[in-house]
Amino acid sequence: MDNLIAKSPCDGLLPLTVGTVTLSEEDAGEVHSLAPFKGQDKALSEAMKTAHGMAFPAANRATGKAGARAVWFGPAQAMLMGPAPDAALADHAAIVDQSDAWAIVRLEGDAAEAVLARLVPLDLRVAQFKRGHTARSLLFHMTASITRVGENAFQIMVFRSMAESLVHDLKRAMEGVAARG
Amino acid sequence: MRITCPHCGERDRREFYYRGAAVDLDRPAPDAGAEAWDNFVYLRENPAGVTRELWYHEGGCGAWIVVTRNTVTHEIQGSQLASEVNA
Repeated sequence: MDNLIAKSPCDGLLPLTVGTVTLSEEDAGEVHSLAPFKGQDKALSEAMKTAHGMAFPAANRATGKAGARAVWFGPAQAMLMGPAPDAALADHAAIVDQSDAWAIVRLEGDAAEAVLARLVPLDLRVAQFKRGHTARSLLFHMTASITRVGENAFQIMVFRSMAESLVHDLKRAMEGVAARG
Repeated sequence: MRITCPHCGERDRREFYYRGAAVDLDRPAPDAGAEAWDNFVYLRENPAGVTRELWYHEGGCGAWIVVTRNTVTHEIQGSQLASEVNA
């Protein structure tokens, strides 16, 4: 049988630099959704602190750091990104492996906010949207998860099937911002 | 139009999907009779004024929200998680 070669969602599309902004694919490691069982929120958060060094994130927030992050994804749902979830977490939450389900990119540069301002109906300027803040919103016509991971850096997640559209739409916005100088 | 999601805060209307009047939350009992079911399935108020509606935050966190809205002034008077309305 032929050997199948695993490809990342944005294989052949990224990295891309336009003006001061760079778009690159993020290798986030494993991605698991965590949905705490009823009344188990605190127990899950404690188990996460013990096993992975981060709490279950509050609404619109992310915890942890690069390589091991927990991103709020909706009511009673967060994505654990990086490590495989510790077995102890399964006592308190429904866990689903979604590693191959998401296209994950990093948008970085001085004008990153200006690029997203063209696509996202949210105020993502640093005064309102600081490092560790996250939002479920729209990126052009796609539902997305947007997290500020650095002073001028955002992590953006969309469904894997949308990877090409994501890169296309971001590229157009990056070119538009760069053209204005 | 801006709608406040109890989870996400004030968001643009384009993030939301409109379901209709919030009657879905008052589903009659299975044996409530033909008239109650006819009302539930087919009959809707068309108020000029305050109305309660179900909206879905599909371009966001995925929550169902009961929005109280004035159809005359377009004022949004409040929003609440549907899961907490009938809790």
